[in-house]
Amino acid sequence: MTAGTTSTGSEARALNGAEIVLKALVDQGVEVIFGYPGGAVLPLYDALYLQNSIRHILVRHEQAAVHAAEGYARSTGKVGVVLVTSGPGATNAVTGLTDALLDSIPVVCLTGQVPTHLIGNDAFQEADTTGITRPCTKHNYLVKDIGKLARTVHEAFFVARSGRPGPVVIDLPKDILVGSGTYSSPDAVEHKTYRPRTEPAPEGIEAAAALLMSARKPILYGGGGIINSGPEASRLLGELVELTGFPCTLTLMGLGALPASDPRFLGMLGMHGTYEANHAMHDSDVMLAIGARFDDRVTGRLNAFAPHSKKIQIDIDPSSINKNVRVDIGIVGDVAASLKALIAVMKARGYKRDPKLLAPWWAEIDRRRARNCLAYSDTTKIIKPQYAIERLYALTQGHDTYVTTEVGQHQMWAAQFFKFEGPNRWMTSGGLGTMGYGLPAAMGVQIAHPDALVIDIAGEASILMNIQEMSTLAQYRLPVKVFILNNQYMGMVRQWQELVHGGRYSESYSEALPDFVKLADAFGATGLRVSAVSELDDTIRRMIETPGPVIVDVAVDPAENCFPMIPSGAAHNEMLLGPEDQATATSGAEEGMVLV
Amino acid sequence: MATIPTAIERHTIAVVVDNEPGVLARVIGLFSGRGYNIESLTVAEVERSTSLSRITLVTSGTPMVIEQIKAQLSRLVPVHTVKDLTEEGPHVERELALIKVAGTGERRIEALRLAEIFRARVVDSTISSFVFEVTGSSEKLDAFIELVAPIGLVELARTGIAAMSRGTDLL
Repeated sequence: MTAGTTSTGSEARALNGAEIVLKALVDQGVEVIFGYPGGAVLPLYDALYLQNSIRHILVRHEQAAVHAAEGYARSTGKVGVVLVTSGPGATNAVTGLTDALLDSIPVVCLTGQVPTHLIGNDAFQEADTTGITRPCTKHNYLVKDIGKLARTVHEAFFVARSGRPGPVVIDLPKDILVGSGTYSSPDAVEHKTYRPRTEPAPEGIEAAAALLMSARKPILYGGGGIINSGPEASRLLGELVELTGFPCTLTLMGLGALPASDPRFLGMLGMHGTYEANHAMHDSDVMLAIGARFDDRVTGRLNAFAPHSKKIQIDIDPSSINKNVRVDIGIVGDVAASLKALIAVMKARGYKRDPKLLAPWWAEIDRRRARNCLAYSDTTKIIKPQYAIERLYALTQGHDTYVTTEVGQHQMWAAQFFKFEGPNRWMTSGGLGTMGYGLPAAMGVQIAHPDALVIDIAGEASILMNIQEMSTLAQYRLPVKVFILNNQYMGMVRQWQELVHGGRYSESYSEALPDFVKLADAFGATGLRVSAVSELDDTIRRMIETPGPVIVDVAVDPAENCFPMIPSGAAHNEMLLGPEDQATATSGAEEGMVLV
Repeated sequence: MATIPTAIERHTIAVVVDNEPGVLARVIGLFSGRGYNIESLTVAEVERSTSLSRITLVTSGTPMVIEQIKAQLSRLVPVHTVKDLTEEGPHVERELALIKVAGTGERRIEALRLAEIFRARVVDSTISSFVFEVTGSSEKLDAFIELVAPIGLVELARTGIAAMSRGTDLL
């Protein structure tokens, strides 16, 4: 299809490449860009300067620009947009792009490139951006013809947000940005072949309904695909749970898809998931995976994964089905569309939930729940990290709260102890496990929700990976609250060293930490420190009440480990519930050493 | 738990892609990045007007890996069609080789005699060498190469497999 023929007079006016890009962004509904200027993208920055439709947020490192766009995307459901320069600008963005790829976050990243005639000449700030980003994007483009520029931008947005979302890079040589061409509108853009399937096949839905209706020990296992599908998918999951009375567990990426307060919610599953959730997975007879990909952090040892269950999997990406775990029924489709069809079929067949039928299964689950696997030995002597999160959760009730995290123990404690009642409230780096994700992601969330309470639950090691973004918070007066659980260790590294490397804490001690209160001060933010249990609540209240960005340095028990835990290479029913189990677990340590 | 077949199978897969820069790198990068095998891969433009290229690749793996390979290939944005020729019924596979044999006297005559048996054509000749062109299944090429090796095979170029399903079926 050609778009040019229907252009109106004003659209036909020759624009330069930079103007075409911005016009395309505006037509795609873009309101904000996270970026950092440089030589190759100067024409775009010039065009940005001359307009008012798009707001540009100047980050302090390109990696942070991508994480900020991810935070923006995950908390709104819109596509996040990034603008960086050529060479180092693009290579710095690579970690963020990979993060977005693994967590299926829609991001469009515009990268500058040296002029087309210099490509391949090792020009100043030249890098083979499309080559480097090919494996870490859903798709990428190098625009060498200004005639294809507008179309490419529109197509990039379509690819980023449709099907299984992901990051898309558009590499823009400088001569394309200054050259002149004509604009084409987004409505004419349809990709030649890329048309992801969203409607599920009716046969799969019928078969799934029959299997679910016959289940005695069912489990619903939901993931980030539910969040990506949109709020309607979460609503439908709630409807399915209400209809069936089935127990439901969620992955790290899926938290919030079912309200944590729902009595049918068993908590998160997986390596640091709950005892009841993992055992319910292991003992189930019918499992329905919804927008979840049987990641190794979820399954544990594959040959011992839910050995007696018939498995149904709903996923929009055909390559997610039968990748790690062979399923009995694979349904390719959008989560919302599939759940809607499934509920309709079950209702049409006159399905009524039968509490008696499920009573033995719930009794089994409740027995496991009674183990209270998240219990920790609380004390008034030192702040336990779990306690800190519990208090943070309690004291933020009634606020419009969004939570991001960095990566490590604090992340798992946040997932275990912070309760989410709805989708798009929880932003964490699940697939890639990117330390330094939380602060810039929180920045993106705050931009999208200026009046919300946005908290980055951090560790003292992770926060230093993108600490420079405090400067961005200052510039845009973004009131992000950074809540550091400071145990003076790369806690998760130390925990693994304790478990599988004989307690040899190689390089995991956080030596020479900065004074976080002074650091906050230096960035124009407020710094608070707390080490007494009795002062924790007051400190959290002060954090919430203080306008502008705040860093809270919470001195927590440095020896605390994150439980429950399925050690790598173990099965769901071989969980360690606490330090007392740890001693007996070292037998498998040698094998565990090769696993991640 | 149902036993999952773990036998390694060899599959010939035809892939139609947009002939755009980087598309071959995407396919190859997929294989190296995810640890799949490529035994043979050929690519060329087949429709100039619509700018389509056809990739024929031969790979091996367990049925679950083969399924993954096809799903991953289909997921690439510029990929139009992925067809597993091995799975979908009878198909023909052909490969071309250029084979340089050096030698004089009796060895030259023997090389020509073998070439005739294998219907190899002489496409270049000097007083001390031939270049043969031979087409057929990979096994036929292997057999010919094995026979001319002791006679004086000095250089070998193979195209890899081009394949197509039999009958009226289209990709």
